[in-house]
Amino acid sequence: MSALYLHIPFCRRACYYCDFHFSTSQQTRQDVLRAMLQELIMRSHEITSPIQSIYLGGGTPSLLEYNELMMIFDQIFLLQNVLQDAEITIEVNPDDLNRDKLKQVRNSPVNRFSIGVQSFHDDDLKYMHRIHSARDAEYAIKGAQDNGFDNISVDLIYGIPTLTHEGWINNIQKLISFDVPHISAYALTVEQHTPLFHLIKRKKLNAPLDASIIRQFNNIAQILPSAGYEHYEISNFAKTGFRSRHNSSYWQGKAYVGIGPSAHSFDGKNTRRWNVSNNIRYIKGLQGESEWFETEYLSKENKLLEWVMTSLRCAEGIRRESADKFGPGQFDKFINNATQMSSHWFNADADVLRLTPSGMLMCDYITLQLLN
Amino acid sequence: MKNIRNFCIIAHIDHGKSTLADRLLQHTKTISDRDLKAQVLDDMDLERERGITIKSKAIQMEYHTQGETYFLNLIDTPGHVDFSYEVSRSIAACEGALLIVDASQGIQAQTISNLYLAIENDLEIIPILNKMDLPSAMPEEVKDQIVDLIGCKREDIIPASGKTGMGIEEILQAIIHRVSSPQGDESAPLQALIFDSVFNPFRGVIAYYRVLNGVIRKGDKVKFMATNSTYDADEVGVLKLELSPRNEIKAGDVGYIVSGIKSAREVKVGDTITHVSRPCSDAIKGFEEVKPMVFAGIYPVDTEDFEELRNSMEKLQLNDASLTWEPEASAALGFGFRCGFLGMLHMEIIQERLEREFKMTVITTVPNVSYIAFTKKGETLIVNNPSELPDSTKLEYVEEPFIKAQIITKSEFLGGVMTLCIQKRGILKGQHYLTQDRVELTFEMPLAEIVFDFYDKLKTISKGYASFDYHPLEYRQSDLVKLDILLNAEQVDALSALIHRNNAYEFGKKMCEKLKELIPRQQFEIPIQAAIGAKIIARETIKALRKDVTAKCYGGDISRKRKLLEKQKEGKKRMRQVGSVEIPQQAFLAVLKLD
Ligand SMILES: Nc1nc2c(ncn2[C@@H]2O[C@H](COP(=O)(O)OP(=O)(O)OP(=O)(O)O)[C@@H](O)[C@H]2O)c(=O)[nH]1
Ligand code: SF4
Ligand SMILES: [Mg+2]
Repeated sequence: MSALYLHIPFCRRACYYCDFHFSTSQQTRQDVLRAMLQELIMRSHEITSPIQSIYLGGGTPSLLEYNELMMIFDQIFLLQNVLQDAEITIEVNPDDLNRDKLKQVRNSPVNRFSIGVQSFHDDDLKYMHRIHSARDAEYAIKGAQDNGFDNISVDLIYGIPTLTHEGWINNIQKLISFDVPHISAYALTVEQHTPLFHLIKRKKLNAPLDASIIRQFNNIAQILPSAGYEHYEISNFAKTGFRSRHNSSYWQGKAYVGIGPSAHSFDGKNTRRWNVSNNIRYIKGLQGESEWFETEYLSKENKLLEWVMTSLRCAEGIRRESADKFGPGQFDKFINNATQMSSHWFNADADVLRLTPSGMLMCDYITLQLLN
Repeated sequence: MKNIRNFCIIAHIDHGKSTLADRLLQHTKTISDRDLKAQVLDDMDLERERGITIKSKAIQMEYHTQGETYFLNLIDTPGHVDFSYEVSRSIAACEGALLIVDASQGIQAQTISNLYLAIENDLEIIPILNKMDLPSAMPEEVKDQIVDLIGCKREDIIPASGKTGMGIEEILQAIIHRVSSPQGDESAPLQALIFDSVFNPFRGVIAYYRVLNGVIRKGDKVKFMATNSTYDADEVGVLKLELSPRNEIKAGDVGYIVSGIKSAREVKVGDTITHVSRPCSDAIKGFEEVKPMVFAGIYPVDTEDFEELRNSMEKLQLNDASLTWEPEASAALGFGFRCGFLGMLHMEIIQERLEREFKMTVITTVPNVSYIAFTKKGETLIVNNPSELPDSTKLEYVEEPFIKAQIITKSEFLGGVMTLCIQKRGILKGQHYLTQDRVELTFEMPLAEIVFDFYDKLKTISKGYASFDYHPLEYRQSDLVKLDILLNAEQVDALSALIHRNNAYEFGKKMCEKLKELIPRQQFEIPIQAAIGAKIIARETIKALRKDVTAKCYGGDISRKRKLLEKQKEGKKRMRQVGSVEIPQQAFLAVLKLD
């Protein structure tokens, strides 16, 4: 079984914090899409049948016109066997989800929305230079639900300097009251080479504070589980049956094929590859004019690190029998290293190593300590 | 012999010695255009990267003029103060010196000190006004300075440019006509002065010498007089870009000898080579022993690498005899070495070479100078490491080394420079205007105050218009205290420093602040304290780490996240666990970064 990702590298405007690959110029759009159809053909043998999830991410896939969207799906369905109940997600920005768009999507194979709300407060949206308003966000969720889309995920961002404690609690409560079954909550992260980085450096914007990030993470990690959501990955919460199957394949070391500029692929064993993060070079590459992807082969050490890093992030944690596949005594070694650390970080269990919310906040540190 | 000329190139740092040497080598076709690269004599990786000369280089040129062939032995010297001993050695092998002065910068501190070295050794000085191509060149003004300084005739100064090749022919002519040919008696017993040695992994130690009297031939049995060891001259020759074997090297000439010597310590620079069968009566007066100025501990990051570090240090010493070391133990760091360096640049270079050539990751501790402690019992102790200082109850007093510092700057920066020197406990001894707006200051200062960041500060204060040179004076009594640093209530001996009582509070406070910045947060809160004896004089706290997670959306890009963790892991390898605290390598040098 395979997971298929398609990267639509276009946005209407650049959010300050974003370090994904996208372009605000639509000039290369036709050529990029054409090249992606080409890539789908070239790499169809890499996709193990049947496909269990398709994810249109970006960028902003909700920018696509109906015919562009269908062009992609037609190509996929022509080449591949897609499971009847496959999870087919499209990332949407709230300002795109008008009545027409909803109708179009209903006439496509898409059965899941991931809505980039980020916050229900205009101050926060402005700070991040998001294109939509708080009202757009509410309308988008309602509109989707009114059109029969129940399988909805909403993204929130915390740690925004303009986001107050009340504002944050309010954002969480709103999603609970909308009965949104899947929520992703990310900490505002200042990455180098983003406008946010420079604006903070030039003191035009305030920097996010660790203290707020810690507090707001603890808030959501406490509120959502008591409202019936499972905290199944550091940044992800879901009601029963609504975990994201697609994203889970990233964390569970399953195979996925990524199509489009900057998309990443993994063969489920030891090869990762990724496409160039540049639309022109991607187009030229697929015309056979230049290199357009890089490949990386994982050593045993790489694989162990990746496995610990991703497993610790998930509710399942690190299991003895899986750990010992890397070598006898591996799990005991982890336990031994864990006992050197704060007991508040772990949920004690003889055969599973799982993080508590305060442990999740230290996940990177713990990953390295465990591998010491 | 009448067609031999031996000369060196001396100057202040960066005035263009090595570049001018390039032009001379090119003009005399010693180097083909194909082999020529900028500063071709700077052949060590470190020299090329830093763009400075570290070691003197000798090379022989053949120059044909007026129907004669001349053999010109050129020695390019380093300009940096740490390596000034290299200059004095080179000078001993020569009859003449090209004194290079940057036409845009004029006379600087090392111009003067190197000039005096040359004059003391009776060298013929050929003043060269270099970098004439620069728009900022001030030929007339700098010529005035040169005439004032050496009392030469204005027309003796040769305008030149290592960039355009201006003046090169004139320089060569001046060398032939103004520098005298070497004196010496070919038939006398062999007497040759070793002025340098290099280590070659395949051929062992190669000694460079200047033959004063007699002839050295391939196959001769020779004796090194100071070490009193005998060798076979397996190969002798002259120094071209490569070693160029000859059957004999005669009085007046410069050459090399390969004789199966394994360790640089066997060859004392300054020693005299003579024949076993027919020795000369007197050794040539050698050089003063090079004394280390700065001491610091070098420890492996991983305690298990101690023996490997010892091996690497031994190999390093093979080609750097100025490096001294002895084993020492630290409560915080385990086993390591206390090393003596010529200065901070030398220390940096050694650390870099250990990492680069021997793949050793090391911790270098707070550097210090050498102190003399006098105890109440009347003992005298040399203290090269602050933790060796006797307890204050047993201590009578401490002496520290002083130096005489010469600073040349523009008069507009005089105030700033004075303030800096006085802050550094300097005592003004002289003030002398070289020209209307250039002044030379003489200070007596504790060496400890200048070895670390003095020169950087001087450059900042004077916007680059200050040059600096120093010479050791005697030891003097000082009111020094030992400042200790405690991390999580445990004293870390490798961070202790000896410091003047008046500066201790300020220093302690800054140390704590700097360490707070350099030591990453850990699982628990870490108090940092500075103490004199039992008295805490400053304190900072590193808060506990509560968040270390990538909580942003990263999709299928697992590689990037893994690589970030791998990088962190690499960083951890450069940390040393002291008690319960992990300290990064660079924190041990925190003292150098105080401002
Ligand atoms: N414009 C100009 N630049 C020069 C000239 N000679 C040297 N330089 C530059 O000055 C810098 C220093 O030159 P070097 O030849 O390395 O100086 P040096 O005196 O050998 O330096 P040290 O050996 O480190 O004391 C380099 O960047 C050279 O390119 C010159 O005649 N004209
Ligand atoms: S819409 Fe998404 S991909 Fe586009 S700039 Fe904003 S965060 Fe980045
Ligand atoms: Mg040089």
